Amino acid sequence: MVADEDKVFKALADASRRELLDRLRLRGGLTLGELCQGHDMSRQAVTKHLVLLEAANLVVSVKHGREKLHYLNPVPINEIYMRWIGKFERKQVQALFNLKQALKENG
Amino acid sequence: MPKPELIYTTYIRTTPEKLWNAITNPEFARQYWGGNENVSDWQPGSKWAHVTGDAERAIRVTGKVVESVPPRRLVLTWADPADEADVSRVTFEIEPIDDEVRLIVIHGDFQPGSDMVNRVSGGWPRVLSSLKSFLETGKALKVATCGSKHATAGAHA
Repeated sequence: MVADEDKVFKALADASRRELLDRLRLRGGLTLGELCQGHDMSRQAVTKHLVLLEAANLVVSVKHGREKLHYLNPVPINEIYMRWIGKFERKQVQALFNLKQALKENG
Repeated sequence: MPKPELIYTTYIRTTPEKLWNAITNPEFARQYWGGNENVSDWQPGSKWAHVTGDAERAIRVTGKVVESVPPRRLVLTWADPADEADVSRVTFEIEPIDDEVRLIVIHGDFQPGSDMVNRVSGGWPRVLSSLKSFLETGKALKVATCGSKHATAGAHA
């Protein structure tokens, strides 16, 4: 359990890996080739990041014909959220997040 | 076969039988799935429904059992009873790995133009976290679904 959580936090502690997660959030089911496009990372580096993300269960891959498709799996992140944000705080946290987004959008 | 659209997975310290039961037995589902139950005889071809556990017994999701291989694999069609033509498909795959059980939930085959994908994508991670907590600790997590008083648009599952 603790080991699993360590893997999640270690996997998240890297900007390139967070960017891969961002891209899979926008569009699930990307192949390695698609994830490498528009990236200054080598194919090898992306592969390494994906291995860590899969070990942390933040990315799930499935075989689809000859391709391997990657998906963001937000379940471990939800577990972190549930652990530290109680049900009575959720509304306040959401309100602060909305405020921050609104201020960002207004420049 | 089109690409599956939503895939979730979680590793749970339990047995495949207990996990199967948690999904298919109304007594258990109600405790972690926002107060809702899954009701069916779970035979291929039978109907199933996701029903509120309160006196209202409102049907939130309905469909048919496509495949049922206890305790390993369950495939269901999934539709809002208000619009049964807007049907999609949910697959539960249960696999023991070392001392844990891996649950994979695939929700796909959405109809073109359907907003079902947006309606369920917020809910599944919450339901699966709650299911894991329920099986490992006996305590479920608070899950808002469309069947509860705390319903939000993004929490259909």
